[in-house]
Amino acid sequence: MDEVLLRSLTPGVLTVLGRRGADFAAAEDAVQDALVEALRVWPADPPRDPRGWLVTVAWRRFLDATRADTARRRREDVVVEEPVPGPVSAVDDTLQLYFLCAHPSLTPSSAVALTLRAVGGLTTRQIAQAYLVPEATMAQRISRAKRTVSGVRFDAPGDVATVLRVLYLVFNEGYSGEVDLVAEAIRLTRQLATTIDHPEVAGLLALMLLTAARRPARTARDGSLVPLAEQDRSRWDTAAVTEGVAVLQAALARDRLGEYQAQAAIAALHADARTAAETDWVQIVEWYDELVRLTGSPVVRLNRAVAVGEADGPRAGLAALAELDDALPRHAAVAAYLHERDGDLATAARLYVEAARKAADLAERDHLTRRAARLNARRTG
Amino acid sequence: MAKYLLLKHYRGAPAAVNDVRMDQWTPEEISAHVQYMNDFAAKLEQTGEFVDAQALSAEGTWVRFDGEGRPPVTDGPFAETKDLIAGWMAIDVDSYARALELAGELSAAPGAGGKPIHEWLELRPFLTEHSTSTE
Repeated sequence: MDEVLLRSLTPGVLTVLGRRGADFAAAEDAVQDALVEALRVWPADPPRDPRGWLVTVAWRRFLDATRADTARRRREDVVVEEPVPGPVSAVDDTLQLYFLCAHPSLTPSSAVALTLRAVGGLTTRQIAQAYLVPEATMAQRISRAKRTVSGVRFDAPGDVATVLRVLYLVFNEGYSGEVDLVAEAIRLTRQLATTIDHPEVAGLLALMLLTAARRPARTARDGSLVPLAEQDRSRWDTAAVTEGVAVLQAALARDRLGEYQAQAAIAALHADARTAAETDWVQIVEWYDELVRLTGSPVVRLNRAVAVGEADGPRAGLAALAELDDALPRHAAVAAYLHERDGDLATAARLYVEAARKAADLAERDHLTRRAARLNARRTG
Repeated sequence: MAKYLLLKHYRGAPAAVNDVRMDQWTPEEISAHVQYMNDFAAKLEQTGEFVDAQALSAEGTWVRFDGEGRPPVTDGPFAETKDLIAGWMAIDVDSYARALELAGELSAAPGAGGKPIHEWLELRPFLTEHSTSTE
């Protein structure tokens, strides 16, 4: 059974229920029930019309739930049983779904969970597994999120920037589990790009493609992290690079620069270099200057210091670093790297140990410890 | 079946036999150590005895309630706090003997020089839920 096909049908099915008068929370529950049912039934008995099957089952679930609800609460307004086709196109509805699931009233973790379920078509169990929390916890997070957005008008225009932030969060937190969240984030961003013509949506899609292209080379066979400069570039996914560059070029041609396009441009310059030594660091620094201008983010300034170190030498990088708060995440790691490049191995080793102590993930911690170990071995051995 | 927690300490445990800080190992020795830990967890998943494993950052903060309407007081890390937990593995095994056996195996993870660390691990039984037959 093609699970990705099943997932891709979700927003369409959900919007059909919405157009038939179902409120978002109830419709979403009904679609989730239908998805779980499809996962159970389809492998042995695949339907001829998957979308029709999902609509039928979801609608039946919705009516069952509503009848039970109505009987319990003796509500007077009974939902019409016959489908009432609306005038709005499914494409617009899907876009509204993205906006709703990334609504600014939601916390980032709620928006991520709701997007993955309502737009992505993942089951609660899959989402819980991906984020390493109990299924009951994730179910609660999702139903609270739905309560939060229950008053939001389904047809109100939303903010693309919040949607992009949510999709980028999904992309960046590549946890384990049966669902590849990186691939899922790319799929959802690609789908979004077909529903709205926006250079930053294209920019994010390009950034994801260009970053994910490096994934096969990012991890050594023993699970350890391989830094960009040491990656075997023949293992990069050239199809993803080609697509990412094409998407980016089309976006940049629109001349409405944003932070995702600028980040994608940096990723494209890395992708363009056949060896680490061929990297056009001068241009990368220029793109970081754009990013600083666009975001003012201290994290961007930190990454810029690395690029400056490559373009103008480690002393220049250290000078750029000196202007930044040393409490920034990864500050010690960047300082260690620049001191290593500058030949001050004792300081570098000490800073790598400090960076490892502050590392936020295990692979990075082990990587930084290895760097310290390598320098210590070189100094004493 | 009974659940046990295997606790690993950054500090606070008695000194290991092969007590060398990790940044003084060779990169290959670090890789061998990480591999051993991963293999150990994978093996326990295979035998149906694995529950959970997590590593903790060495950086942390102490927090306590400071009265109604006031933000919690934070402090630390305190230098005088002798105990600092590095991570844990929870296992679900048939006997205390099996728990001891596994803890011993984990303590034998290779360290400097590729030799076992002989690290002290803390083995703590979970307090179980009130069982059906307890009156």
